Formats: sequence, structure tokens, C-alpha cells
Amino acid sequence: MAKLILSMDGLVLKEIPLSKERTTIGRKPHNDIQIDNLAVSGEHAVIVTILADSFLEDLGSTNGTFVNGKTVKKHFLQSNDVIELGKYKLKYVSEVLPGAAKAVDFEKTMVLRPGAMKKPPAPQPHAAAGAPHGSADTMPTGVGQAAGAPAAAGAPKTHSDTQVGMAPLAGATPAAAPPAGVTTPAAAPPAPAAPMRRAMLQLLSGANAGKELELTKPLTTLGKPGVQVAVITRRPQGFFITHVEGANKPTVNGKTIELQAHALNDRDLIELAGVKVEFFFKT
Amino acid sequence: MDLSQALEIASHTDPGMVRSHNEDSIASIAEKGLVVLADGMGGYNAGEVASGMATTVLTTELRQLLEKHAPHEVDPQSGKKAAQKMLQEQVAKANTSIYQASQSQPQYAGMGTTLVVALFYDNKMMVAHIGDSRLYRMRGDEFSQVTKDHSLLQEQMDAGMLTKEQAKHSSNKNLVTRALGIDPAVEAEIHEYDTRPGDIYLLCSDGLSDMVSDDDIGMALQALGASPNLAAQQLVQMANDNGGRDNVSVILVKILREYPAGHGLASRIFRWFR
Repeated sequence: MAKLILSMDGLVLKEIPLSKERTTIGRKPHNDIQIDNLAVSGEHAVIVTILADSFLEDLGSTNGTFVNGKTVKKHFLQSNDVIELGKYKLKYVSEVLPGAAKAVDFEKTMVLRPGAMKKPPAPQPHAAAGAPHGSADTMPTGVGQAAGAPAAAGAPKTHSDTQVGMAPLAGATPAAAPPAGVTTPAAAPPAPAAPMRRAMLQLLSGANAGKELELTKPLTTLGKPGVQVAVITRRPQGFFITHVEGANKPTVNGKTIELQAHALNDRDLIELAGVKVEFFFKT
Repeated sequence: MDLSQALEIASHTDPGMVRSHNEDSIASIAEKGLVVLADGMGGYNAGEVASGMATTVLTTELRQLLEKHAPHEVDPQSGKKAAQKMLQEQVAKANTSIYQASQSQPQYAGMGTTLVVALFYDNKMMVAHIGDSRLYRMRGDEFSQVTKDHSLLQEQMDAGMLTKEQAKHSSNKNLVTRALGIDPAVEAEIHEYDTRPGDIYLLCSDGLSDMVSDDDIGMALQALGASPNLAAQQLVQMANDNGGRDNVSVILVKILREYPAGHGLASRIFRWFR
């Protein structure tokens, strides 16, 4: 279960487990966490806990609520966030228990049935922002990268790591198991892959000979649509080239590749649609 | 009407890197323009049983119904298209079958499944879904999610509690608010969409959408759209490369050409002259 550690001037005063769906914070005595200080409003803020996630909401306090130094109206709490109210500090800690097996169980899809929990709190108008969309960048030679945000290249990995890191605390919360939940044999999640080597392509022939392109995306397409297209995939194991369309398959070091993905090695020479391209690892 | 010339269907399913068995189930009937994907849940083998029942009931029942009725015909009483009525009724039937099995046999207690079904006809598709299995569309350069999950996370996003970015880090990813076979009755969300030649539709279980970002899925479809089979393999591989913590299933439907339904003799002659 997540908890809050109340402190003032570096002195720990109290630990408060977030056992309720709503934990109120304020100066008045009816609050779950009473802080008797004039800088704190009567009803200052509330923490709404839904299963393993906690949300902090300012209740229109006079002096405001700060998280990690920034004023917030509504905030999705992450472990080790520090909430400041006047001189007081509340550190949010979601406990991570050893035992990843539990975490895997929790990842199973489960049904949340009506009545299993109360309705989430009222909508908040000012918390909506779509993820920015990437645009395609294309090199003028028929060698182009598929559309997608450049920053997304490393995203799947970090996303996966975050979840493994967060999941145990979910498993540790007894309230986190809805009634319809079912457990299954668990296996340890795979270890995150080693950091990827960076790889480049250099055009050796054609009008843009000499141009270089770094393979930052999971997929990079080569060739001309409708004529001959191949794709280079970036995987934890390395880089692979696969034939996609066209009567002719690309060649690697003079040899035509088969239908399945072909692993690329440093300084491999790829030829397709009449263009020579060199693949190499960046040092 | 045979749709197998108008639609190219490719699918792939994999238990993933962590799970020992595959609780997803997929089925398709190319000539009828029907694709079904279900992601089962429940102890031991019950998840597979539930998803398997869902796909079997829907494919066998709909195959028979589609022999007799044209999906684009409008029912004069309800004003609804036959396709909508068929899906509604057969989803209800699948629900009843799974629910009764889970009630009568203790080893199946509490089993259920998500579902996403698409029926293609008359340059349109009727999509029914329950739970967090999704349907995406690739049209030109634009990749978008068509179905909206029935999940806690989606409800929190709708309520403005979470942004899309925050939702990626939520630990409540796996809670669905609607599933097939859990309650005596369930309502599928059913909508009709226009399709265009060149469109690629992706049906997938959460094993893909949780492991691979939408941007990367879109990129794979963009790059490999010419070969749906390769794209299906690639998507599953990407999910597994990212950890593959759940079963991964994908069905891709590429619209090769128009497939208007014959609305009687007059329209058929008209089209012939065009």
C-alpha cells in the first residue's frame, strides 16, 4: 500500500498509509490528515486512491499545493513525489515489495465489475493533452524512414521497464485484486535488453551518394514503393533486413537474401532498386 | 457475394515471451468478410475456453446467417441493418454460452473474454467490441484507433483524470469494465464505418497495444502495408521484442478494391453500364 510521510524541517512526524479511497488533508480536525498550521486551508487537498494509483487534487486552497516545487491543481502521484503545504512536506511512497511473480499475476486482464468499486471522482476540465504526433522524414533518394516520432525509438523499452518497476507495488496492495480476478502460473519478466548499438546507412551510389542516415527507428524502409521495397528492423538482437515487395529481392554482399529476415553485420553492402547502400555500426 | 477478392486478410497469434499458453483466439472467413478476435481470461485453461467459444459461436452462427441474409439489408421494423442485428444477437448468444458454461462447470467459474468483430459488406464494415481488444485503421498516412476500450483506464481518461501520456504509466492497465461471459447479459458496442480501397484495418489484443506504442504500430503498417502477412509477423515480433508479457494476436484486413453490394437488378445493370 502507498503511504505518505509527513515531515517538517527535515523531521519526520508521521507515516500515513493511504488506505481509504479519499484521504483529505487540511487544517480542520475532520480531515484525515490534520495539519494545524495557518498556512494550510481548512480543506486544503485530497488524495484519491484507485487501486494502485493515487491522485492529488487541490481543493481551492488559499496558499496552493506544491508537488516537487511546482504548483498543481491535479496530479497523478508517482513514488517519491514531495507534496508541500506551507512548511510541511508529505512524501508519497508506494511500497515496492520483492517478488515479481505477484506482479505478473496482476498483469493478467481482469474484469472490473459494477459495484466492485465506487465511481471515480468528478471530471476535471483542465487535464487533457494528446501525445504529439511525429512526422515522416524522407531522404530524397528513395531511402526513407517510416513515419513516426523520432523520440519514440527508445520508448517501448522504457515503457516496459517502468511497468516492471511499478507493478510490484500494485501486487502488494490487497485492495488491488478485484473479485473476478484469477491467478495463473507466473514467470519472471524478461530482463531489459542491453543498450542498442547505433547503426548507420550510407548511400554509395546514385544522385545522393555519400549521404548518411542513422537507423534510429524500429523500422526503416528502403527502396521505391511499387518497384522494390525492403525494410530494416531494429531489434534487441541487432539489425535485420527483410524483403517486402517487388519481383527482385535485395542483395547483401552480392548474395540475394531469402524470404526471412537477414541479420546485418558491420560493413555489409546492400543493393536494391539499383542503389548501393552500406550498413555499419557507429563507434 | 464472395469478398475474398476484395479483402486481403492476414493474422498471427503468439503466446508471447512470458505466458505458457495462449488465451487469445482468432478466426476469419474471408469470403464472408468476417474477422473475429477474442482475448480470454480466467484460471487454468478457462481463458482459452472462453475466447475459443466466442470465436467459434460467432463464426459458425454468422456463416449460416450470412448464407440466408444480406448484411446490408435494412430491417423494416427496427430500421437497423441486418449486419447490426446479426452481430448483436450472436454476441448475446456467445455471451450466454460462455456464461452458462462458467456457471455449470466449476473449473470454468469466472471465465470471460474480450471481443472485437468486424463484418465487411457493401464498402462498409460493422464493428462490435467488448473490453480492451482494439480495432485500428490505417488510411493513407493516418493511423487511428477506431474502437474505444471498455476499461478503467479509458474511463479515467474520459473523466479527465489521466492524460494519454500518464495512462501509459498507470498500473491499472489490465482492468476491463465489460467482458463477454461474465454476466448473464452484456451489451456490445456496435458501429458502422465506411471503408476505402487501400485502408488497412488492424484487430489486436492488448498484448500488442500494451507492448508497442501506437506510433510504432502505425510505422510498421506504413512500412509493411504492401505485405499484410509480413506486417502481422512484424507486429507480433515487436511486441515480443519489447518483453511480450501477454499473448499477442493480430488480424490485418487490407481493402484491395471496392465491394458494393448488389441492391437489386436495377443497380446491377446500372453498374454494368458504368
